[in-house]
Amino acid sequence: MTLTSPDRRMLMAGNTAIARGAYEAGVYFASGYPGTPSTEILENIAHYPEIRSQWAANEKVAFDEAMGVALSGKRALCSMKYVGLNVASDSFMVFPFAGTLGGFVVISADDPGMYSSQNEQDNRYLARMAQVPMIEPSDPQEAKDYVKLAFELSEMFSTPVLYRTSMRVSHSKGIVSLGERGENTNERRFVKDVPNWVVPIFAKALRAKLDAKMERLTAFAESYPFNRLEEGRSEIGIITSGASYTYAKELFPEASFLKLALTNPLPRQKISDFCARHEVVYVIEELEPFLEEQIRAWGITNIVGKERLPRSGEYNPDILAQALLGEQAVDDFTSEFDLIARPPQLCPGCPHRGAYLALKKAGVLVTGDIGCYTLGALPPLGAMHTSFCMGSSIGHAFGFELGGMDKVVAVMGDSTFIHGGIPSLIDVVYNGGNTTTVILDNRTTGMTGHQEHPATGMTLQGEEAPRLDLVALIRAIGVKHVQVADPFRQKEMFQAVQEALQHEGPSVILTNRPCIFARGEKDRPKTPYVIREDKCTQCGACQRLGCPGVLPGKEPRIDEVVCTGCSLCAQACKFDAIVLKGVV
Amino acid sequence: MPVTNVLLCGVGGQGVLLAGEVLALVAAEEKAEVKQTEVHGVAQRGGSVVSHLRFGEGVYSPIVRTGEADILLAFERLEAVRYGHYVKRGGLILINDVEIMPGQIGEYKPYPTGIMEFLSGKGLRLQLIPAAAEAKALGNIRVSSLILLGVLSVYLDLSPKAWDAVIRRRIPERLLEVNLKAFQTGVELGRSRAEAAVAEG
Repeated sequence: MTLTSPDRRMLMAGNTAIARGAYEAGVYFASGYPGTPSTEILENIAHYPEIRSQWAANEKVAFDEAMGVALSGKRALCSMKYVGLNVASDSFMVFPFAGTLGGFVVISADDPGMYSSQNEQDNRYLARMAQVPMIEPSDPQEAKDYVKLAFELSEMFSTPVLYRTSMRVSHSKGIVSLGERGENTNERRFVKDVPNWVVPIFAKALRAKLDAKMERLTAFAESYPFNRLEEGRSEIGIITSGASYTYAKELFPEASFLKLALTNPLPRQKISDFCARHEVVYVIEELEPFLEEQIRAWGITNIVGKERLPRSGEYNPDILAQALLGEQAVDDFTSEFDLIARPPQLCPGCPHRGAYLALKKAGVLVTGDIGCYTLGALPPLGAMHTSFCMGSSIGHAFGFELGGMDKVVAVMGDSTFIHGGIPSLIDVVYNGGNTTTVILDNRTTGMTGHQEHPATGMTLQGEEAPRLDLVALIRAIGVKHVQVADPFRQKEMFQAVQEALQHEGPSVILTNRPCIFARGEKDRPKTPYVIREDKCTQCGACQRLGCPGVLPGKEPRIDEVVCTGCSLCAQACKFDAIVLKGVV
Repeated sequence: MPVTNVLLCGVGGQGVLLAGEVLALVAAEEKAEVKQTEVHGVAQRGGSVVSHLRFGEGVYSPIVRTGEADILLAFERLEAVRYGHYVKRGGLILINDVEIMPGQIGEYKPYPTGIMEFLSGKGLRLQLIPAAAEAKALGNIRVSSLILLGVLSVYLDLSPKAWDAVIRRRIPERLLEVNLKAFQTGVELGRSRAEAAVAEG
């Protein structure tokens, strides 16, 4: 069974189904930047040779490329996690003023509950802000089918469409009926027409056109069949969308449902009529009261929403049953037992560990960024002191420096540096900063599952690509003090940090060890280290590296199965008790 | 047909997610409605992992409710406690006889004792499965997952034919024979345990 075999039922995750939907919708081009829970969308699209797909340097670039393709008249998609849309929002807010020619869909994968994210953000508001239609699937079948709906809407109204998924929809599996790939028959092509495509000069006229378009869309939403009415037998009505629908459907089998696929703009008349026909209407939506506030603004009062339902965190059937049915929570007896947590840690053999040990020894303030290396903030390393969002650490370090703080170092991963770090390094040079930056170059996009990027020499679809030379780039920016250091050689790494701190002017250190999961690394033969009991004094130094390969307990042991032989523990041992296996 | 709720839990790197995928594929062979989801944090490995599977009639939600799992397959002892409250009263927990010491970032805590006593005190039926020892006997420690799935299969309304088809499809050729053997070992182990449990009343 392959992804391209038609007319099959197949178990698929939401993200795989979205990729299939792109294939069936005749999508010509797809771009994006990795980010949980969106990453697998593009990874799966990459399996379809009919679609040109690529990782972009960041989400705004991905958006702009897809925009160009759509303006050429072809169907284009870009995919990102919800904070990625913040990065792309500059383009996203302006594009609707001109509208599109070929179908254009931007996918935002939200993360209610913040399983792998820095904040909780409801991107439905961005659709309203940008004045674009928004489509929301609730399960894998819809995840596939609604991609096509989104493209149809996009072409029907010449507008970009926001397709909003969430962690649960993207990462749940269900049985999906597959269809064939439809070829896109849209024949509109770009023609030079300055008053339509040079938005800044003609924005006032275009704004009026956009308002008129939204009015037409609002009227259209009233009869949109995928805003589905499911008549029940009780006095309870439920308005919902996304994953919440699947929970509510099981908890309220008798209720009537208005299940919304198109959640912007809202069908006011349809919703008003639905509310009028029911004694009470539950508005069940994860995160913010996006639907509820609009419905209340129309003067409708028989609805129940955020006064009973939580405004943060991911929903699940238990939460809804407790909030709406008054059910008691099941006794979570885990609290009676002394359960030890399993906190996330840097992997055994992770090169970031070596960089952090040197930075910790140097006693510097470390501004951090987004990636696996954010885990360096946790004990026992505790070597990163701030982290907010992608590409911020260099600007923050420069700012700390300007604010009078001493000995500040920015750390940033290679993919993150390409994504959003380069302009801030330029700024450090331009504005006479003294900032030290450590680029944790592990030659992959680690946190999201090891995607290629411009400095790995490989594209999303497995083609060889020119490898961005980070050292040459950083020198060209004007950084005079650039060092490449081996994080597994503690003396070398620490010395590099000392030299960089002493240097007058901006300095950059690039670490040079790949992620243990980077291409080619997994299969590299590795010799583990072992602890010689005759020499071990049980001082615990090896256990303070935060390495899962060094097992906790009074008598330390090394897990030979996971040890990659990075040697950091051997370097930390003052008693020469840690040796390569087979070497005495 | 009533809905069957199954939970698989363990530690990242143990193969819980792969086992969850195999199970979901088997269910998809025979059942019209199958939903599966997983919850795990940011850790590459070493973190707590749980996979939910639901099949039957009228399955919309992929999430198993607390107190409603018919069966919990725990790949590790401590994780059986962490997710024990998902199991319905009188429900069954299959526990792999493996202890994985959590990586600790605070003061050192030894691995907890009294797990079986604690869980059986909560009115749950327990079976300790020596999958690691059985896998070792088969000559490949990595086939523990298939042994555990074999035990689980005894308690689920999914045909041996479907299991066989999915294992053949999902497991690479060179590892197929030992994995099929592992699954069969699990089935036999599960059957004898189930019979013994019945005999005990």
